[in-house]
Amino acid sequence: MSTTALPSTPPVGPAATEVILRAENIHKRFGAVVALRGVDLELHRGEVLGLVGDNGAGKSTLVKILCGFLRPDAGRIFVEGREVSFHSVKDARAHGIETVYQDLALVPQLTVYENLFLNREITWLGRLGFLARRHMRALARQYLEDIKVNVPDLEAEVEMLSGGQRQAIAVARATRLNAKILLLDEPLAAMGAKESALIMELVRDLSARGVSMIVIDHNYAHLFALCDRLNVIQQGKVTVDTKVADTSVEELTELMVSAFRRQLQAGQEALGEISVDGS
Amino acid sequence: MAQAAVSTSDRLPSPPASPLAARRGASPLSLLKLAVQRREATVIIVTIGAVIYFSLRASSFYSVANVIVMVQYIAPIMVIGAGEVLMLVLAEIDLSAGQVYLTSPWFTYWFWSAGVPLGLAIAIALVLSSAIGLINGLFTVRLGVPSLIVTLGTLYAFFGLVLVKSNYTQEQTPGTTGNFGKIFGIGSWSTILWGLLLTAVIWVLLKRTRFGLHTTASGGNPLAAAEAGIPVARVKVWCFIIIAFAAGFMGILDAIRIGSMNPGNSGLDIVLSPIVAAVIGGTALTGGRATVLGTVIGAIFLGILEDGLNIIGVQASWFYFFEGVIILIAMAANVQLGQLAAKLRR
Repeated sequence: MSTTALPSTPPVGPAATEVILRAENIHKRFGAVVALRGVDLELHRGEVLGLVGDNGAGKSTLVKILCGFLRPDAGRIFVEGREVSFHSVKDARAHGIETVYQDLALVPQLTVYENLFLNREITWLGRLGFLARRHMRALARQYLEDIKVNVPDLEAEVEMLSGGQRQAIAVARATRLNAKILLLDEPLAAMGAKESALIMELVRDLSARGVSMIVIDHNYAHLFALCDRLNVIQQGKVTVDTKVADTSVEELTELMVSAFRRQLQAGQEALGEISVDGS
Repeated sequence: MAQAAVSTSDRLPSPPASPLAARRGASPLSLLKLAVQRREATVIIVTIGAVIYFSLRASSFYSVANVIVMVQYIAPIMVIGAGEVLMLVLAEIDLSAGQVYLTSPWFTYWFWSAGVPLGLAIAIALVLSSAIGLINGLFTVRLGVPSLIVTLGTLYAFFGLVLVKSNYTQEQTPGTTGNFGKIFGIGSWSTILWGLLLTAVIWVLLKRTRFGLHTTASGGNPLAAAEAGIPVARVKVWCFIIIAFAAGFMGILDAIRIGSMNPGNSGLDIVLSPIVAAVIGGTALTGGRATVLGTVIGAIFLGILEDGLNIIGVQASWFYFFEGVIILIAMAANVQLGQLAAKLRR
């Protein structure tokens, strides 16, 4: 077990454009509901990609497919250029793809370092052995220093930490286990300014180390602060692919609102037809 | 909480906060941590109070003979209580452990009277006791029946089985002679020494081993534990087996100590007192948090209360009344302390 392993690749600047994850023509339907109708998506090494879209646009379905929780009906996924097929979350993890859910990842009653090493404990005497707590603490301290995550006390129960600190620990655990691609679901949800700054800095540090990330968030301000590039998902397809530098919150808002207007109009027309037919 | 936010934003490469430093500077955070983690504190104070009270009321309280009576009462409650800690940390409960304690000497007796050598009969009885734990565990994790109900079922089933198979007749316990008997129950300090050993093993298992950490994780956040690849169901089943084995072992010791086995012997004492010991010791029913030390002290407290009331000449059944009152007070304290902790965290 490589305990202190950071992603081994040297830091790569934003100029590098190696595609680490590519999804091609992904389709997924649930019964009569079509969730994804041909999504194409590319994630570059060290890049932070934001997914924008209304509820039901297909963001969550896409992320669930990328992390191996759902299987697509059609389409292909490539990790570092090689085609992969995920049958479970474990498969995706084996390819270095990790989803970070703040509340699912951690055991509140365990300490920071116990959470970092959960089910990867260092023991003497093997599987049922005694915990090498001092060793784990030292490694945890070293690792958290490396990625510049500052927690007041490694022995503190995670329950005692703030939301931002917990999120940071959850991310740290995923990257410590060699995750190359992180899927973050609303990483800044319910956080104050200082907390958000902590996570943003962590995201930037990890990105500089070559960790790639896909972020879902409903808050455009968060996405603009976190991401290098944005993909807009509407009705099961990626409709816009833009660098954050090339767009603005206003432009995106306008885009989403006009799409909403069109839908509304289409809906009203359909309703109109029905009422005409009915009368 | 302002304190936490400040330390979070402090991103300068300051020296890593050592646990010692955190303890020296008694921040609200570390005080709260102490209050939550040291829930044994309450039961320790109450126990000391009870010792003082009874020793003032009755001079014979400190006599060796009386202490022996007390520790013999405490031993099985302590061991099964430690087992219940494993259950409660998983947010499960085992109501059948007391019945396993009463049943395992009968297993021994049936095999022994059928001609099996005593040592082997005891070994078989321990395997069968563990099997009851296995049944409890499998019903809970495989069939999704709440452990409260599963173990209520096995409690009744084996109570009935013993009554029928024994023909409602009391029997002499085999193995009460010689050194064997002295070591396994008859010696004055035998049961408490075995009890301390078993309790220590459970404590080490829970606090010092990988298995114990996985047990805590499985109870604290089953989803996170499963996500991390911990076999939550298997961990649970093993804990059911451990408590059943420990209960069966203590049951055999006590049957040898007492010299006879009564098939109708059930009652509140051994079925529920271990859970009471765990709960007044500070173990939460909601999982993830447990204290074996608190349970030991809880068992000691129950022993002192039972014996003390007896010695000062209070009618024996008042013990149950006081036990009930203590449960209410202890649980109220636990819940309120938990809510206070949650409030301070915000």
